[in-house]
Amino acid sequence: MNERPLRIVIAKAGLDGHDRGAKVIARALRDAGMEVIYTGLFQTPEQIVQTAVQEDADGIGLSILSGAHMTLFPLVVEQLQAQGAGDIVFFGGGTIPPDDAQRLRDLGVRAIFTPGAPLQDIVDFVRSECGKRRALVG
Amino acid sequence: MARAISWSESGRGGDLIRALYAKTGRAMTLGLTGPPGVGKSTLASGLVRKARSLGKRVGVVSVDPSSPFSHGALLGDRIRLAEHFTDECVFIRSMASRGHLGGLAGATADAVLLMDAFGFDVVLIETVGVGQSEVAIAELAHTVLVALQPGSGDSIQVLKAGIMEIADVFVVNKADHPMADQLRREIRSTMEMLQWDGWVPELVVTQALAGTGIDELWSAVERHVAYLNETGEMEMRRRDAFTHQVRQLALGRLEQRLNRAIRDGARDGVDPYEAAERILASLPKF
Repeated sequence: MNERPLRIVIAKAGLDGHDRGAKVIARALRDAGMEVIYTGLFQTPEQIVQTAVQEDADGIGLSILSGAHMTLFPLVVEQLQAQGAGDIVFFGGGTIPPDDAQRLRDLGVRAIFTPGAPLQDIVDFVRSECGKRRALVG
Repeated sequence: MARAISWSESGRGGDLIRALYAKTGRAMTLGLTGPPGVGKSTLASGLVRKARSLGKRVGVVSVDPSSPFSHGALLGDRIRLAEHFTDECVFIRSMASRGHLGGLAGATADAVLLMDAFGFDVVLIETVGVGQSEVAIAELAHTVLVALQPGSGDSIQVLKAGIMEIADVFVVNKADHPMADQLRREIRSTMEMLQWDGWVPELVVTQALAGTGIDELWSAVERHVAYLNETGEMEMRRRDAFTHQVRQLALGRLEQRLNRAIRDGARDGVDPYEAAERILASLPKF
């Protein structure tokens, strides 16, 4: 009771079957005391956002290793707006070149973690940013 | 509703439940339990598909365990329900058990009430993957489905107490498993040995992944609901659900008080019995 753990949706989108990274992140967030909702593979942006809304998630972490990040990340941002869920912290990771990462951040993706990012950095980011969202909505 | 369930999860759902309570009592509540990996989520997905084909709005509450160490949780039941994510008439909520035993979470009963009040016709409650004795679901759901895994023990397992006693419908899932027919026969023969009073549990064989047997399972559920309504047992089940929630709420508050008392109480040089007596004596009377 009282101290409700942060809830984070970890998602894989599109034609991308490589979920080892997503599972590692899910596990790390779990061990940091958060409740992680894993969507499974091959989700559409609409499915991911609908999941986050129904689960009252504080954040969405999207993993993309297929090269389709410039298509899928913006679609999730769009869906979040369309669903009135812009308060949900959207971050991601994968094999994403620095220029693309910058453009995605400009679009509203709060952070992009690329291979080699320390797990602790990701956990710290989620705890701090999603914690702010939680403080806001209660 | 997503937010309302969160309120309940953080212990602040009281006012809303009070306001909405009069609107509850219409939904059919289905409990789905069984050991980990038996196919509960896949069965749930099949049942949601069936209920949707009948035009019903469906809520799903799916409970997975919390870590006793970090209090975190990995909630993975949604994976099997992906086909329903964008259906507006299906609302799925994953819940971590947060230390609650019995196979449910503290706020499960609230979530069921909320879905009921928000007009969902069917509320499906999927428990934590259970062992032999997590039977809390029997108090909360009107109809309890116990899913069993072929190849996981002999007839003595079937005879044991616990979850085997709470089934309104037995589901032998993974019908394509070589041991499936043996399990079906063992349940059948065990049931023949027992005396039944009123409802005799049905036995349905499914292969949830392929969607086989789901129609039969749904029919069994409908027969059970009809039985409850005809015999007036539905009222009893509703009362049980009410009692369950009252007990949960009262116990939760009591536990907080107890924990405080235990933390504050001196316990040096005292045996555990004496310490417990003192703490109980120190609690305000109620």
